[in-house]
Amino acid sequence: MTSPGGSLCRAPALWALVALLGGCATQTGTVVLLPEKDGGSTAVTVRQGDKEVVLDSPYAAARQTTSGPRAYTSSPQEVEAQFGAALAAQPGRPTSFTLYFVEGGDQFTEASQQVLASVLAEIAKQPVPDIVVVGHTDSVGSAAANDALALRRAEVVRAMLIGQGYAAASIAAVGRGERELLVPTPDNVAEPRNRRVEIIVR
Amino acid sequence: MPASIARLQRVLLMSLAIAFAGGAGAADIGQIKVAKGQVTIERSGQALPAEVGARIQPADVLKTGADGSVGITMSDNSLLSAGPNSVLVLDRYEFDSTTSQGHFDASLQKGSLAVISGRIAKQSPDAMKVRTPTSILGVRGTEFVVSVND
Repeated sequence: MTSPGGSLCRAPALWALVALLGGCATQTGTVVLLPEKDGGSTAVTVRQGDKEVVLDSPYAAARQTTSGPRAYTSSPQEVEAQFGAALAAQPGRPTSFTLYFVEGGDQFTEASQQVLASVLAEIAKQPVPDIVVVGHTDSVGSAAANDALALRRAEVVRAMLIGQGYAAASIAAVGRGERELLVPTPDNVAEPRNRRVEIIVR
Repeated sequence: MPASIARLQRVLLMSLAIAFAGGAGAADIGQIKVAKGQVTIERSGQALPAEVGARIQPADVLKTGADGSVGITMSDNSLLSAGPNSVLVLDRYEFDSTTSQGHFDASLQKGSLAVISGRIAKQSPDAMKVRTPTSILGVRGTEFVVSVND
């Protein structure tokens, strides 16, 4: 039995019955899960007191009400009507570029030097760009040594960008060490594709 | 091609010099990328203009007017954007860029909000929460919208 919601609550003759069934709830808001761009798995939980609704498929939705969340299925039309302005103000997604290093060093491979031109073009497109350089290593060596190497790689690229005239305050350097292997390997495996920096422009 | 890249760089240099003249403080956790109509940042009881390029700090409150909307990019790549007549509070934000561990709690007191979660939620599914006056949303990922009726 689904609750008719607010309209019945205004009919005095039915009020007692509806209240008895716990249906006299005022809607306080809406939550809608949107489809993923890359089709990955996704979920949002909506909890109120001890009541919880899990949204885990596109357009799975919940009405927040004074008596708890109620699941329903929304639609692209409803989302556009209710959230068009908020969605129109969404910033552009960060763009990521990957450059690769020769083993154990901080020199780019030849192919990666070409990618730099694309990075500069993307930065130029942003009205207020900020840039994050994220260094990664393969799994050769200790985790601590790889943290240091990853940060050093990121700093080299950051310094290079600053050298080209970009404001230092707009560029962050981060070392992720061997935490985020592009190609999963056991420990102590030399893997050129894991020796890289990402340049994130946003 | 090299000539056009050089030109791009020159244009960029000027725009960066303008955009970052104020520099980035250590407390900066995000940046306003989109602002339309009336938008303000409330920080320590003061109302600041919320212009494109303005930096966001923990505990900031973003308010939009009837014609306003605002979009921010956080340092963990989360994207939050609010529609008209909205009040969004950034209650808590901690992000370790090396480990991707952190916490992000925001509250939508009224209005509408679109979210694409970032590295904090990706690293630990319970680390990002969005509160409304009646509910707590646990963000496992990634894209959703939430509204609060007046």
